[in-house]
Amino acid sequence: MSIKVVEGKNIVRDYHVGGGLFRAQRTVHAVKGVSFSVDKGKTLAIVGESGCGKSTLARIITLIDPATSGELFIDGNKVDIAKDGLSKEMRRKVQIVFQNPYGSLNPRQKIGDVLGEPLLINTGKPAEERRDLAMKMLKKVGLGPEHYNRYPHMFSGGQRQRIAIARALMLNPSLLVLDEPVSALDLSVQAQVLNLLADLQDEFQLTYVFISHDLSVVRYIADDVMVMYFGEAVEYGSREEVFADPKHSYTKTLFAATPRADVASIKARLAKKKAA
Amino acid sequence: MMSQSTEIGPMAAGNPDRLTGLRTFWYYFSVNRGAVIGLFVFILLVLAALFAPLLAPYAPDVQDKTAFLRPPAWQDGGSTQYLLGTDPVGRDILSRLLYGARFSLLIGAVVVSLALTGGITLGLLAGYFRGWVDVAIMRVMDLILAFPSLLLALVMVTILGPGLFNAMLAIALVLQPHFARLVRAAVMAEKSREYVVAAKVAGAGHIRQMLRTILPNCLGPLIVQGTLSFSNAILEAAALGFLGLGAQPPTPEWGTMLASAREFILRAWWVVTFPGLAILITVLAINLIGDGLRDALDPKLRRS
Repeated sequence: MSIKVVEGKNIVRDYHVGGGLFRAQRTVHAVKGVSFSVDKGKTLAIVGESGCGKSTLARIITLIDPATSGELFIDGNKVDIAKDGLSKEMRRKVQIVFQNPYGSLNPRQKIGDVLGEPLLINTGKPAEERRDLAMKMLKKVGLGPEHYNRYPHMFSGGQRQRIAIARALMLNPSLLVLDEPVSALDLSVQAQVLNLLADLQDEFQLTYVFISHDLSVVRYIADDVMVMYFGEAVEYGSREEVFADPKHSYTKTLFAATPRADVASIKARLAKKKAA
Repeated sequence: MMSQSTEIGPMAAGNPDRLTGLRTFWYYFSVNRGAVIGLFVFILLVLAALFAPLLAPYAPDVQDKTAFLRPPAWQDGGSTQYLLGTDPVGRDILSRLLYGARFSLLIGAVVVSLALTGGITLGLLAGYFRGWVDVAIMRVMDLILAFPSLLLALVMVTILGPGLFNAMLAIALVLQPHFARLVRAAVMAEKSREYVVAAKVAGAGHIRQMLRTILPNCLGPLIVQGTLSFSNAILEAAALGFLGLGAQPPTPEWGTMLASAREFILRAWWVVTFPGLAILITVLAINLIGDGLRDALDPKLRRS
């Protein structure tokens, strides 16, 4: 029995650029009719190169920007922010973690306020309760209560990303969009954050839409994989299917371009070098 | 570097973060000798203004009919009775200068707060909403900026009628576009940052995003501009006073003092020199502070 937390049907997003005094307006099709669905507790990874529309799609799913056309369902309810606006309940259901942990925290806001703000805006909880919840969440993401009164600049990149994750989870969202959450972090910290995400998913039955260009990360965390190329979903299937048998030529190129760091392949490469 | 080690070191009780922030600020501020001197002079001025009734030997508008245009104490014919001499109607210049400091500081404070409020409001709206709101607001600002500021202030004062308060209003209006431009630019830069989007995703409405999320991050350049405008306001108020459209005699405002002593420039140099010097020193001190503030608050200029 699976419940679809998020479903997109034929989502299109066009941007109009130019339109200055001397130039005609141009339309850029950033996302060209993408469909997908994610079940509760699962992870959909969206892979693709820079500028292929994955972040645009992420913004649409997070209800930041409206889609030009297409239908988006969250928890079975149709959402159209261009027409109906956005209710508080809907806002709470989807949260996002951004790529750059240095830009996604307000430099003038203490961590406690960062975590308390979503509660303050969306719920009528008193300050005392907000504080307790924020403390609890800090512990959950591997930070301590001593961090409550500090400012973002006092944290490392990995810690900031933990804070961003904590903020996203404060409202108990059913869907968490992760827009390249580890690509700004170094490798060992990447692993820590990914493990944290996996643990949180188990604990809260979270659904992830995980955007990345790093295939090794995707292989670790995804259940389903969607490969995007110039705004289109060129490949969509379970992780095993996509990794074992890439159908589209772009997917194949992508896999071939992934650097290999296992011992066997390094030895093979050295042997090749020696032979040459 | 000292400030760095204080930042990393263990935090004291109370409000540790604000304290280290202040300490870092002071470290960068005190690097600039001129700024510290400016601050010192400014503090002296504020004290002089506050305690003018205690410091001044006479009331500002008391005339001594036996001592018209008495030169300062160190010149022939001067006496220690009037340290900086007297003006054409026998008032003690030192006392008038001390009382005048009150007016100058008042003008600076009122004008800057008026201009800041207006500029922040308009700039926030323009930078945040863009589109036609932006166009409408900024074209009006451009229009104001297109006039020579003193000329526009003159026109305003002639419409409103001469007087210190109207002069302040006019100067605030003239200075306000600078703030609006500054705020708009900063808001536009900050608005595309991810933390603003994050606040939006957290459910923050327009007002909250503008005032709580974006505005605090735009304050650095505003403080600097505010200080520099403070001196500008004093200068322009003095200019208006000199033209007879600002504070009206017998108010001991420095610009007005200059104006009423104009005819005696050749005969009694002290009547015009001392008010002029007072304006010069005040404006210089405040500008030096503004420079120091810019160094201390702008992270791009910080040498780490």
